[in-house]
Amino acid sequence: MTERPTDGYYGRPIVKPPVWKDEIAWYLFAGGLAGGSSSLGLAARVTGNRALARSATFTAAAALTASPLLLIKDLGRPERFVNMLRVVKPSSPMNVGTWILTVAGTAAGATAACEATDVLPRVRALAQGVAGVLGPALATYTAVLISDTAVPVWHEARTELPLVFASGAAASAGAAAVILTPADSAGPARRMMLAGAVGELAATSVMERRLGELGEPYHTGKAGAFARAAKTATAAGAALGAFAGRRPAMGRLAAGLVFGGAVAERFAVFRAGSQSAEDPRYVVMSQRDRS
Amino acid sequence: MSAQPNVDTEAWPESYGDEARPRMGFFTDTSVCIGCKACEVACKEWNQVPEDGLLFTGDSYDNTGGLGANTWRHVAFIEQDRPLRVGDGEDGDAFRWLMSSDVCKHCTHSACLDVCPTGAIIRTELGTVVVQEDVCNGCGYCVPACPFGVLDKREIEDDGRVWKCTLCYDRTREGMTPACAQACPTESIQYGPLDELRERAGARLDKVVADGFAGARLYGEDPTDGVGGFGAFFLLLDEPEVYGLPPNPVDTTHDLPEMWRSAAVAAGALAVGVAACLLGGRR
Repeated sequence: MTERPTDGYYGRPIVKPPVWKDEIAWYLFAGGLAGGSSSLGLAARVTGNRALARSATFTAAAALTASPLLLIKDLGRPERFVNMLRVVKPSSPMNVGTWILTVAGTAAGATAACEATDVLPRVRALAQGVAGVLGPALATYTAVLISDTAVPVWHEARTELPLVFASGAAASAGAAAVILTPADSAGPARRMMLAGAVGELAATSVMERRLGELGEPYHTGKAGAFARAAKTATAAGAALGAFAGRRPAMGRLAAGLVFGGAVAERFAVFRAGSQSAEDPRYVVMSQRDRS
Repeated sequence: MSAQPNVDTEAWPESYGDEARPRMGFFTDTSVCIGCKACEVACKEWNQVPEDGLLFTGDSYDNTGGLGANTWRHVAFIEQDRPLRVGDGEDGDAFRWLMSSDVCKHCTHSACLDVCPTGAIIRTELGTVVVQEDVCNGCGYCVPACPFGVLDKREIEDDGRVWKCTLCYDRTREGMTPACAQACPTESIQYGPLDELRERAGARLDKVVADGFAGARLYGEDPTDGVGGFGAFFLLLDEPEVYGLPPNPVDTTHDLPEMWRSAAVAAGALAVGVAACLLGGRR
């Protein structure tokens, strides 16, 4: 067999890099934060930890207020955003996700409104139940959304990406709750933050190893810089958090590091997608393995 | 039914009932392409596709670059220090020029159509794939979903929507030939019922191979490939990647059930994890 060129046609991309702007990277993060916080809020409520339930509820509502705004801002025709809801289309993860986001967002908003004004406890309980149950779906569907593309570094990581996003969601939601909750009620949030941070580091390293050469974008350019920042901040935050225990100031510093690490990890994944699509070598490489 | 392989798409012909028409497509025979770019010009004229940049790339005669929102036919030019046919150029200065007019593949299993969240991308009664410009909200999901990099967002004067080849839906639905095929002076671009084109392409490949074009192959004619075969397929004279085409494209949604299963596992782990964190007491 003759040597097949890998730089293709004048090195031009074979697949188009995503046209999504940074709003979408922020949304990947906000969706995880919202999903993790909704579930944490529900679990805290069920176990009678009022202070933690309160802070997680407000975090979820804030993140779910920002999410649709970020998504709509990125549309080429923002005034047509409702077209997302003109069909129910299981073959489109973005359509499925928009429905999840709509229901979870409404529920989280209602929960927070009832919590803030201390009215309608039954409505609050119902809304919190809906938001809490949808939380894990909200935190992970975005992984399906981006792996359901022709971008090699995303599509070929389709098994690991949901775990990266789920653990990142736990880490960021736990961290936000550690920062916002009085230390004597924040035990579950601390554990969630630490478990999430460790899970995020593990899932990321498994993903990068399994990708092999296709995972190169995680070590070069902007994606590489974000990936390194994410690992450093998350590992430092986890270590400091474990050491800090219930000491509030040190705990919050650790939480800030874990929170920042989760943001950087989503940006690493987002940027790696662009870098992977821009270089035709990766497309050819992934498809030769397949054939 | 004829002995042709089944090339039915998801929404054609069944969902069209009596309105379904024979599946139409392109066969682009690059062995007779002369690189005149009449297809590019005719496409732009007929479809009123805006200007896509007046660039000098230095990449042979290609100053168009590739398909996108404002380029629906793209002629590729490749210069190779190899003989065109086996036995040519034995005096040591072997050289050949490959030219190919690229276009949307109108896949049997179209990733763009599958992932479109608004239903803006549809399968027509001719089995072709069209973006409805009055529905598209410019979410951009189809752009990285397409395994060929065909679709792109038009960033001109707040347009923001995604555009691509319609296989001249306004012409073809009236029984006319698409502008590019009409303008092609060498019949490199042939339009017709897909099963007829496949037969013709098979015969043409045999002839080209017999004539000594060693690298000749059909690209996208196989209904068992990763996208179920193209509605617009090609006769190429070299590997697909030489022309900037993916060697083994797949419809990404083929793996969607597997992706949702992975997400369900991760979501379950998150739910169990959150519950477990609450068990250890509030401090």
